[in-house]
Amino acid sequence: MPIGSTPPKFRVRIDQDQCMLCEQCIENCPYGTFRREGNRILVNSRACTGCHRCIAMCPRDAIDLEEKPVAYRSHPIWTREAREAIFNQAKTGKIVLAGMGNVLDVPPIFDRLLLDACQVTNPSIDPLREPMELRTYIGKKPSRVEVTTKPDGDIELLTRLAPNLRCETPIMIGHMSYGAISLNAQLSLARGAAAQGTFMGTGEGGLHKRLYPYQDHMIVQVASGRFGVDIDYLERGAAIEIKIGQGAKPGIGGHLPGEKVDESVSGTRMIPVSSDAISPAPHHDIYSIEDLAQLVRGLKEATEWKKPVFVKIAAVHNVAAIASGIARSSADAVVIDGFRGGTGAAPRVFRDHVGIPIEAAVAAVDEKLRKHGVRNEVSVIASGGIRDSADVTKAIALGADAVYIGTAALISLGCRVCGNCYRGLCPWGIATQRPDLTARLDPDIMWENVSNLINGWTLEIAELMGAAGINSIESLRGNRDRLRGYMLDENLMNVLDVKTVGAGA
Amino acid sequence: MTETVTIDAAGLHYTPLNQMIRSAVAAGAKEIVLNNVNGHRFIGNGLRGTDVRLIINGVPGGDLGMFMSGPTCIVHANAEHAPGNTMDAGTIYIHGNAGDAVAHSMRGGEVYVKGDIGYRGGIHMKEYREKKPVLVVGGHARAFLGEYMAGGLLIILGIGKTCPVDERGIGTGIHGGEIYIRGDVPDRHLGIGATKKPFGADERERIRPYIEKYCMEFGITDSSLFEDEYVRIGPASARPFAGKYTWE
Repeated sequence: MPIGSTPPKFRVRIDQDQCMLCEQCIENCPYGTFRREGNRILVNSRACTGCHRCIAMCPRDAIDLEEKPVAYRSHPIWTREAREAIFNQAKTGKIVLAGMGNVLDVPPIFDRLLLDACQVTNPSIDPLREPMELRTYIGKKPSRVEVTTKPDGDIELLTRLAPNLRCETPIMIGHMSYGAISLNAQLSLARGAAAQGTFMGTGEGGLHKRLYPYQDHMIVQVASGRFGVDIDYLERGAAIEIKIGQGAKPGIGGHLPGEKVDESVSGTRMIPVSSDAISPAPHHDIYSIEDLAQLVRGLKEATEWKKPVFVKIAAVHNVAAIASGIARSSADAVVIDGFRGGTGAAPRVFRDHVGIPIEAAVAAVDEKLRKHGVRNEVSVIASGGIRDSADVTKAIALGADAVYIGTAALISLGCRVCGNCYRGLCPWGIATQRPDLTARLDPDIMWENVSNLINGWTLEIAELMGAAGINSIESLRGNRDRLRGYMLDENLMNVLDVKTVGAGA
Repeated sequence: MTETVTIDAAGLHYTPLNQMIRSAVAAGAKEIVLNNVNGHRFIGNGLRGTDVRLIINGVPGGDLGMFMSGPTCIVHANAEHAPGNTMDAGTIYIHGNAGDAVAHSMRGGEVYVKGDIGYRGGIHMKEYREKKPVLVVGGHARAFLGEYMAGGLLIILGIGKTCPVDERGIGTGIHGGEIYIRGDVPDRHLGIGATKKPFGADERERIRPYIEKYCMEFGITDSSLFEDEYVRIGPASARPFAGKYTWE
């Protein structure tokens, strides 16, 4: 028996009195929501993804879009999403792909953590006139340093320091590959990151020639597919990141479908045009921490130990023990991607149900590394659902050195989080390779948005630190006493190692 | 600097050994002889230079020639796992056996193993434009041969073996390139997405130069290598997993 069609998710209306038939909506919607018949623009709401492009580009504010009320019988358990996923799979028998991050309605732990501020008995620091140290060095630090005094009185450092990334802010941009996002999006992110003295990741799609001017601010990624990886690529990056897992899809690989591998993507990934780019679940040379150590050292050896090597894992149940192994693998930083991490495409069941929140993962990793006496040997980068400067500050207070942002950076480029990245039709020119769509994003302009976002957040972090009487990011790192749990259960607060609201110092 | 440089690897850590190799290449050496190699990992990693030869006397450790771009390595012994890992260009000859993941993700260049290899040989090999990686194995290969292969040529000669690959998972997820195995392998050993394809005169000519190169390097004179039947395995589809997903 046919199930029939499901109701549209959005209702789009045009105010015909306002509409001047400029057809901007038709031109801007790659999903075919609008068409013109005579002197009217007609709407097919069923095609709408809620990307908001039509509204943003309508010169007369003539378009109205709302989430359509559920037409099914209401039910607290069998939600619209649950029912429609079953309809979809009953019809296709396939794995349901989804874009962006986890959509489950569970409260972010960040929102139940409150930051401290100074009052009367301890002075706050005024960031307007006092220097605030937000510069962050990512990489190995020596446990102790040895120096000698030369005959002329100069002090000479005897300890050999490992290479570190010098970030002017604890905010970096995470890995979003060329292929998953457009070159114009990557160029905007790269230039924005460079302008703020920070870094961005290439993702596993290689490094396009046009990004070479920003290579000193790029972290090149080595994933299981090894796309675009050769010695030239490794030498260009400021750092190298081995991707083991991703918050949106822990435990599985990646797959860029052949239809997205055009001439340019093919050249950057170094695979034939239209070839599927399959990153298998494991790296085939890594089946243990010892194997991981071998790859870390192999990458360092190939680049003459001049580059820090990061290892990125998804936040999973045993994340702390895994991170401890990574810390002993010669890696310089462990990147933890929480279950709210975004993606171009992931099986919906993974995106929404696998992994753990970044807040708990960072706290557990920081504690385990400290307990094992290796916290100083490795930096911790938190990612996956960082929405604002408060999230950054809380992540650092829970034990991170720095954060990666992904979706937030895309939103600064116009992304409306419609979650249709996997369709390759992104109307904002971000998650697409279609030339007419990518042309909508001008990197010579949009880089400023990225730069402004990072700058604004950095200023806010400085203010938050000053309010808490802290003038150095190093004093904030792992400083759980600057956090209080509000409406969190006791067990979770134990994992986070924070006190409840109302508890004093 | 003379054209040939000899380095005694006895007691050396792999990093200073690789530094000495790099320094020799930078100074113009064209042939570098490494004596007393005993499990040193990463030899020649990221090394460039199409006119450079490394002669390795002893057993190199894992990831020999990883990310290498151009040089030739000749190993007069066995080699540990993953020689040619993510190699870009160059040639590796191993006058013995090799471990697991030989030629892992290799994008260009050639690897010749006189004897046997371990598990996951040629896994995820891929090709790009003029770069077409080749792995030739004289003996047999273990399970998961050519998994996820995305390009290139994998040739198993099976010298002295009744079944050169008598384990499962051959070409699982293969979506480019070809695997040639002398003789035959049972269908049940083929992985998902792999299929047997016709082997004719064109295919025989395609693999001939690599078998010749194998014979020349290792001093093999066996005309049956050129005359015998091979089973040719390739992708059943260029998009092996395209039908697995639907949209939200």
